[in-house]
Amino acid sequence: MQVNTKPYGTIEVDERQKIHFPFGILGFEHLKWYVLLDASQAPFYWLQSLDDPDVAFVLIDPLVFRRDFILEVSEEELQEIEIEDKEDMLVFAIVTIPENQELMSANLQGPVVINRKAKTGRQAITLNPNWKVKHFILEELAQVKDEAC
Amino acid sequence: MLILSRKVDESIIIGDDVFVSIVDIKGDQVKLGIQAPKDVKVYRQEVYEAIQSENVAAAQAGTVLPVIKRFAGKKGNPKGSRPGDRPSADSSPNDLIDK
Repeated sequence: MQVNTKPYGTIEVDERQKIHFPFGILGFEHLKWYVLLDASQAPFYWLQSLDDPDVAFVLIDPLVFRRDFILEVSEEELQEIEIEDKEDMLVFAIVTIPENQELMSANLQGPVVINRKAKTGRQAITLNPNWKVKHFILEELAQVKDEAC
Repeated sequence: MLILSRKVDESIIIGDDVFVSIVDIKGDQVKLGIQAPKDVKVYRQEVYEAIQSENVAAAQAGTVLPVIKRFAGKKGNPKGSRPGDRPSADSSPNDLIDK
């Protein structure tokens, strides 16, 4: 199918990549369908709305910069997107990129969980108060490096 | 706004199936017990609002993504994975969606 994307204009995306977000993303509740695209720049991905070409979120795998990240959300939130096996679950954080890109941050308080089998997704709300809406990616990456030394 | 006075162990009912009880009061902190059907989401308001406004900020970003040094040169495939692509050990999550 042809998809109008914010980062790449119109591109061809496999129909089977459509992901249903029955509850939308907080603040964008009216948008229910997305596709997950690789970004031209690793380690990012795009979550592109199919309903509104102007709405696309940059995603990152939280484990890239926080190896200790564990998804702690209510079972119900996972059941609502039909997650039966944790293996089917993809977990991302939405990235906010301000003008000064060095201050890019990831939201670990509202992780995006996708069921790769059922092709459903949602923004969950983590129950662990240690995870905030703004984790500065470069800062945390530097710490990962330090730990490795 | 409806304002009700309640003591510890007293509760209120909202609609037919949401029960809010006062579990404990200590200083300026009130502990609430909430019993609601599974489809009724209960969040702390500030958490909900923080996530919402962070999402709005995230959606406003441009399409030029930052380069993180250790990932420089690793290019993704904008069109996403294709049917038949299978996740491999070191590949990142866009082989992700099952076909």
